[in-house]
Amino acid sequence: MAEIPDEEFILKTTSACAGCSASLILRYVTKAAGKDTVLVIPACCTSVIQGVYPNTAVNVPVYNVAFASAAAVASGMSEAFRAVGKKTNVICFAGDGGTVDIGIQALSGALERGTDFLYICYDNEAYSNTGMQRSGATPIGAKTTTTPLGKNEYKKDLDAIVEAHNPVYMATACSAYPIDLYNKVKKALSIPGPKFIHVLSPCPPGWRFPSEKTIELGKLAVTSGMWLLYERENGKLTITGASKAAMKKSTPIEDYLKAQGRFRTATPEDIAMLKENSKRKMARLAHEAEAQAAEAEEA
Amino acid sequence: MLTFSTGNKAVATAVKDAKTVVVAAYPITPQTEVVEETANNVASGALKARYIPVESEHSSMGACIGAAATGVRTFTATSSHGLVYMCEQIHMSAAARLPIVMANANRALGPGWNIGAEHTDSMSMRDSGWLQAYVSTVQEAYDTTLMAFRIAENENVLLPVMINLDGFLLTHITQPMDTIDDLGDYLPPTNTPHAIDINNPGGYGTLTPPTEHFKFRHDIQRGMKDSVAVIEDAQADFAKRFGRTYGMYEEYLCDDAEVVIVAAGTLAKESEVAADILRKEGIKAGVLRIRWLRPFPDLTAALKGKDVVVIDRDYSFGLGGILVNEIRTKALEAFIGKDGKANLPFSVIAGLGGQEVTYDDIADFVRNRKSGGELWFGVTE
Repeated sequence: MAEIPDEEFILKTTSACAGCSASLILRYVTKAAGKDTVLVIPACCTSVIQGVYPNTAVNVPVYNVAFASAAAVASGMSEAFRAVGKKTNVICFAGDGGTVDIGIQALSGALERGTDFLYICYDNEAYSNTGMQRSGATPIGAKTTTTPLGKNEYKKDLDAIVEAHNPVYMATACSAYPIDLYNKVKKALSIPGPKFIHVLSPCPPGWRFPSEKTIELGKLAVTSGMWLLYERENGKLTITGASKAAMKKSTPIEDYLKAQGRFRTATPEDIAMLKENSKRKMARLAHEAEAQAAEAEEA
Repeated sequence: MLTFSTGNKAVATAVKDAKTVVVAAYPITPQTEVVEETANNVASGALKARYIPVESEHSSMGACIGAAATGVRTFTATSSHGLVYMCEQIHMSAAARLPIVMANANRALGPGWNIGAEHTDSMSMRDSGWLQAYVSTVQEAYDTTLMAFRIAENENVLLPVMINLDGFLLTHITQPMDTIDDLGDYLPPTNTPHAIDINNPGGYGTLTPPTEHFKFRHDIQRGMKDSVAVIEDAQADFAKRFGRTYGMYEEYLCDDAEVVIVAAGTLAKESEVAADILRKEGIKAGVLRIRWLRPFPDLTAALKGKDVVVIDRDYSFGLGGILVNEIRTKALEAFIGKDGKANLPFSVIAGLGGQEVTYDDIADFVRNRKSGGELWFGVTE
């Protein structure tokens, strides 16, 4: 098991909601990244979590930027640091709205240009900072303030979009498994080039569950196969952590859905589509892992 | 070194000579040559910079923000739709007090598609906190780009600077250009006091309560005010070292003029020919060319007691020509006579979308001037 450093970069004075996954994720990301790091943050929950001027709860430089431009700002920052011989980690820490919706063009551009940076999307599946409006990352059936009858469309497949850019490293993670997240951030930062980590971030007020259940919700997401943990190093796929077991035998998706209020009005059709989508994703990953194993054997 | 150059290439050459460290830019007509030339300069090693071929203008200014935040010299170029596409970042870069330098090839905004010269693009950014210069020759484009870095990076300013050159009419014309072989210490190394420092970690642009927000905005105005002395010093030192003199505005035959034509960019140069023609007819005409729109110069003394004709290659719908309104506001006392009667500027709207405006046309504007009137050149109602 990895030795998690004692040094804290997220101080105990954040403005996060009780049970916030994002601040937990940020805590482990910064522990893995260390002092020589700059965080680039577009409008998202972390804009608030970090505290109010002149105070800050973050002990590395934090650069707050326009909603659509995290990856673009990181591009300039990374190139400028490299130009003067600095190895400083440039990490975008962005919500799902700032990533799959308004920020996707900048992300796509920065990935395509081979920018030496790490982009972390913490995904609470809605515009939580502004009070839970739908985003492209909101799953089918979820009730938000702009989908009062539940969302009718699929969650945008961000990972497939990122994968199409051939990043040197990409992974998924979940706030309920911080050591897995820590290891993935460590690994990502050891590789030059564009890196991406997509972290599921259960949100108590947004998803309507008690704040002490944050970890439980994250675990249910993974064990039910609603969220899959894996990484790709130069394309090589590895299923990681609890998803290895979940892909063989998963817990009922209903357990995950019933533990939160946002799916209360989900129809049986919505639930069937959620199940189908999860099954399809698992099958695709399993197939790809098998094909890669067979290829490796042949070689 | 004396050479020939287009306006675009003049800008790119100055960016090279200034030893810029990061250039992030997206090509757009008629600015494209600035980007191509810079990419070539980086590829050939003539400029040891990082060139970031961004996917949009919103991202070009985003990347410039990121680069300048680390304290390195940063440049971009754009035009028209590109400029307004990056509008959010224009405001944010100024409020973040980042000394970014940008060239803007002035061009009309659609629809319909029109790639001709017009100043409405940059003038619509006049309230952002950017300093803005309007140049009229290739040499001036080169010289002003160099000065822009020194002005923007000055610790009393720390605001971005936009150099505006008329699309095609200046970006694409070729004129002689004298480049500076050795800048000496005219451009000192960047020393951004608020550059990101991992040993002094801070939150940049965090949630800010109104009291502090208010102070920050007031400080932008202080920087803008202080920039006048910095610009004057940068121009005086430039003249001393390199022999070419520039002011906040340029006057041509204004001393004894009874009527002064005020304009920015290439139209003002054209107006000098018109003034010569008018003088032959016995009309004592002069030209005042606006070089710096922000900070806006005090023109009261220069225009006092004279008839004034302002040519705007821009318009603020529902108000009027932008230049003429700025002048009316900032030089109001110049237009009130001893008898208390007002002699207001004659406003001419001309050259929008690259409309051809000749010196003969400009001479006609002067001949037909009406105090306080407005003429849309070529439009019959």
